[in-house]
Amino acid sequence: MSNSNTEARTIRRAATVVVATAGTITLLANFHTTSASTGSSANVAVTGSNAQTTSSAGVAAPTTSTPAHSPSSAGTTTTVAAQRTVTGPDVSTQYGDVQVRVTLNGTRLVDVQALRLPSDRSRSVSISRRAGPELRSEALTAQSANIDAVSGASYTSDGYIQSLQGAMDRART
Amino acid sequence: MIPGSATGSTLRVEHIWGTAITFDCRDPLPNDAGDEVFQWFRRVDDLFSTWRVDSEISRLARGELARGDLSVETRTVLDLCDDVMVETHGAFDIHVGADPRVAPREGLGRIDPSGMVKGWALDRAAERLEAHGVSNFMLNAGGDVVVRGRPAPAEQWRVGIQHPWRRDKVAAVVEVEDQAVATSGCYELGDHIIDPRTGKPAQGLVAVTIIGDDAALADARATAAMVRGRDGLDELANAGIAAMAIGDDARVTVTEPFSRVRVG
Repeated sequence: MSNSNTEARTIRRAATVVVATAGTITLLANFHTTSASTGSSANVAVTGSNAQTTSSAGVAAPTTSTPAHSPSSAGTTTTVAAQRTVTGPDVSTQYGDVQVRVTLNGTRLVDVQALRLPSDRSRSVSISRRAGPELRSEALTAQSANIDAVSGASYTSDGYIQSLQGAMDRART
Repeated sequence: MIPGSATGSTLRVEHIWGTAITFDCRDPLPNDAGDEVFQWFRRVDDLFSTWRVDSEISRLARGELARGDLSVETRTVLDLCDDVMVETHGAFDIHVGADPRVAPREGLGRIDPSGMVKGWALDRAAERLEAHGVSNFMLNAGGDVVVRGRPAPAEQWRVGIQHPWRRDKVAAVVEVEDQAVATSGCYELGDHIIDPRTGKPAQGLVAVTIIGDDAALADARATAAMVRGRDGLDELANAGIAAMAIGDDARVTVTEPFSRVRVG
């Protein structure tokens, strides 16, 4: 029951780095895995618009992500059990240098860390703070899971109020 | 399957405060401890319901009672609300219903601590149960959840975070022990949260979940975080508060302490 194996998550789940910038940053960086022999790569796009907006760093799943000891299957995405980190190149932007590191569990993105972010301007300081490891952003997913209770604003509609919470609270299959 | 015992667990759901209150106890329950819990929730309704003209909070709002006339419970909650108002820079404010910019609506009191009362009542209910020697249970009051101990010796309580648009789904799952999980949101049309600083509906987020030791604080902070929108999330992160926010753009933002208890 403690197994959290809920719905399989999409491998193309994007991670978002919240960036507040005065202008627009667009980065396209080729990532290289720490294990050079795999030849895996992922394209990372960081786009930012006006101040206070959220911009996404869509981290596409590697098109071919194969451990060095197994044969590569061209054209397919191979799920790798081991967790690994991929550090992106240091990229210069008009606001300063940017470098991020992603952690993948197989092909699933589990973490994005900002290694370097612009910090030389007041706007950019807030970029670094917002994009740091303490806040993560991702796409909303809808799951069915074994749970003991549901936390959420209660529905006031007739029917739901009568049944939803109790039913969900009981739903521990 | 029952921690500390082989004799029964209790699951009880009652409708109070216009919502469902679930009590899931995995320990044997002493005689009337369950009744005491639900009596307590009814007392809280008597004191704090903004839907009832005879509640203490409604009478205070009409000026029929002064602060000195109030019960200890009501004074305690009002003091706590003042504290959170300061902490949140006015984003949590129980006087929003008295703001002339805000259109009156049923259930919104001129003095309205509803954003904290559910959590506070859960904290006190949990204390009462623990005083009876009950240590493994879950209470869910309309989406604010308090857990103590474990559902079974080898398991932790698994709490789903309601998906904002799909009623049969959850957006995340956390495993918690001795914690409160409070969610504030505007999932339904017209169910909006007013920004006390502008008098207008809060923008940007559809739900915020806060996890913490104290359900009253978690509840009020979730409401304040809804009001502050994306701009308030940094402060929660920097304060080390476990929080998850769902934006109206279907983006989910979580703080690092939240990630640590998240299992789905």
